[in-house]
Amino acid sequence: MEFLYFLAKTGFYATALVTLGSAVLVVTLRNLFHCALALILCLLGVAATYLYLKAEFLAMIQILLYIGAIMTLLIFAIMLTNRLADQSVSQTNRQSLPAFALLAVFNVFCIASLTAVPWKINPASLTAPIDAKILGAHLMGTYVFPFEIISVVLIIALVGAVILGRTDQ
Amino acid sequence: MNPIPLNHFVIFSLFLFSIGLYGALTRRNVIGILMGIELMLNAANINLIAFSRYVSQSPETGQIFAIFVIVLAACAAAIGLAIVLAMYQNRKTVRAEDIHILKW
Amino acid sequence: MTEFLDQIFIIAKNGALNFLGVFLPDWMILLARILISVVTLVAIAPVVMMYMTWLERKVLGRIQNRYGPNRVGIFGLLQPIADGIKMLTKEDLVPKNADKVIHFIAPMVIVIAPLLVLAVLPFGRNLIAADLNVGLLFFLGVSTFGVIALFMGSWSSKNKYSLLGGMRAFAQMISYEIPMLLSVVPVILTTSSLSTVAIVEAQLQGKWFIFTPWGGFASLVFFLCGVAEVNRTPFDLPEAESEIVAGFHTEYSGMKFALFYMAEFISTFAISGLAVTLFLGGWDGPGILPSWFWFGLKTLILILIMIWFRGTLPRFRVDQLMGFAWKVFLPFTLGNIFIAALWVSLPFPGNFIADTIGITVILTLLQVFNRKEMPKKRKYLCAN
Repeated sequence: MEFLYFLAKTGFYATALVTLGSAVLVVTLRNLFHCALALILCLLGVAATYLYLKAEFLAMIQILLYIGAIMTLLIFAIMLTNRLADQSVSQTNRQSLPAFALLAVFNVFCIASLTAVPWKINPASLTAPIDAKILGAHLMGTYVFPFEIISVVLIIALVGAVILGRTDQ
Repeated sequence: MNPIPLNHFVIFSLFLFSIGLYGALTRRNVIGILMGIELMLNAANINLIAFSRYVSQSPETGQIFAIFVIVLAACAAAIGLAIVLAMYQNRKTVRAEDIHILKW
Repeated sequence: MTEFLDQIFIIAKNGALNFLGVFLPDWMILLARILISVVTLVAIAPVVMMYMTWLERKVLGRIQNRYGPNRVGIFGLLQPIADGIKMLTKEDLVPKNADKVIHFIAPMVIVIAPLLVLAVLPFGRNLIAADLNVGLLFFLGVSTFGVIALFMGSWSSKNKYSLLGGMRAFAQMISYEIPMLLSVVPVILTTSSLSTVAIVEAQLQGKWFIFTPWGGFASLVFFLCGVAEVNRTPFDLPEAESEIVAGFHTEYSGMKFALFYMAEFISTFAISGLAVTLFLGGWDGPGILPSWFWFGLKTLILILIMIWFRGTLPRFRVDQLMGFAWKVFLPFTLGNIFIAALWVSLPFPGNFIADTIGITVILTLLQVFNRKEMPKKRKYLCAN
């Protein structure tokens, strides 16, 4: 049995490696469509990470919304604005080296400070089962105000996107 | 059996966030910048859920806010892409450095 | 005896595991338990697909007043094997300008989605490969993933026909996803669970959801959106054989085309299976025959209905297709959620009356708002 848990934990590190690798591909590939596919792989990795955190509902929502809806939107936009001449030019601008240096410093600093904090782990919340019913009860109970505001935001975004994308006729 | 240490999740989300930030800072194509922003939002989501599972008294809070973040990311992507399409129709370009008329 | 037949697959699996348990360690038994279900599903799905193609050709032939294939075996039963041999031995052409990596992996990815989804269908009592407690959401999420694979296939060929077919398929599939997801919401509302096993268990003893007012219409909407999702006639514009060569799989030949074809048929089986699970009571049926037999029978009936559609109905035009999804299905499913909420909250006679009133109101409103698209009365000028 211990071997299975060991396998499961190495699964997390493998998933993390795949996710980070595909994230690197997203920001470095030249062909934008390949970047979109690498982003899909990355989002699948993130969904797998949610499964390791025992948030199954959220993992399925991630696949349904992020990959099923947002990525199809992105791919549509890539397809509509694709210009063949752009393939040979480099995709990164002049700021790549300073950005990399700055981010490396930022990472080192953050890792040093985050690993020094003694987080108080709450074992009850590690194993608490969360399913759609409990999330729904909380959404309609404690968090009903942000929920309603989010629906208004969605409508505004929908109307805004339609108006912005309209061609002048 | 021990669970995966919290620090590992946090470091993972930190790396994902910085890769996304690198992408948002350095890509020329506006859609590439949007992809970097999506990566950053995902890293923040992982962080939210990890902390709510390990440290928080109410483990469902992180998941509810992660749902809100996913919805807002969808809105941001929709409007961002509508702007990209409008930009493409007017200027026939999708590169961020070609939109510079208002610069000094 | 009936109990034995009903659980025959479970008994066989447990017998095999007990036999293996003698000489294998515990963790391997766990892996073997999972592997047996997975391998059975992955092995059976192509066989089901092969005989579905046979069924389709025979039934289509009979609808068109001819025999289907009847040369290769008795009743043409070996025809799928002949088709398989043909496709395996064809030359695998890749266009010179195609994006090689994506062209290669697109058929593989498009088959993964329907195969994954078969894991959450309850084929019989206790006969489910993975009883996830978000099983329904898993099904719907992974089937939206298949859309991306389709697009990969059409884009990588760098062919105008396949790009056109791909864009149409894309637009059609995402427009029909929303009514499909919304028509499932009343089921989730009533059973307050996302697990397919719980949904079937809420419909036992003949209380199927198709007999409720909201369920009857929701099952119709779900079934039609499912037909649109798998790109079958009358919604098969993406692969319109007479219009744009073969749509998004123009540039694929041989085994890759066989994989696209397989994905379409396994999707058909999966969507019919899900419609049976959600609305027709899953494996529920009189106890004389085993539960997996009832599931198979109901799924077969739905597949025959899909084949019947293919033989009878002409294809939709692209604007008719989109108009149908956005203007008819979407408002109807939104109203249906409200009606299902009324059904759950009011006691017995009240909810039936409230539901009938509600559905009449919604249908009238739909007619009123769509009156420009209604066909006018035809005047037949024929010789007497």
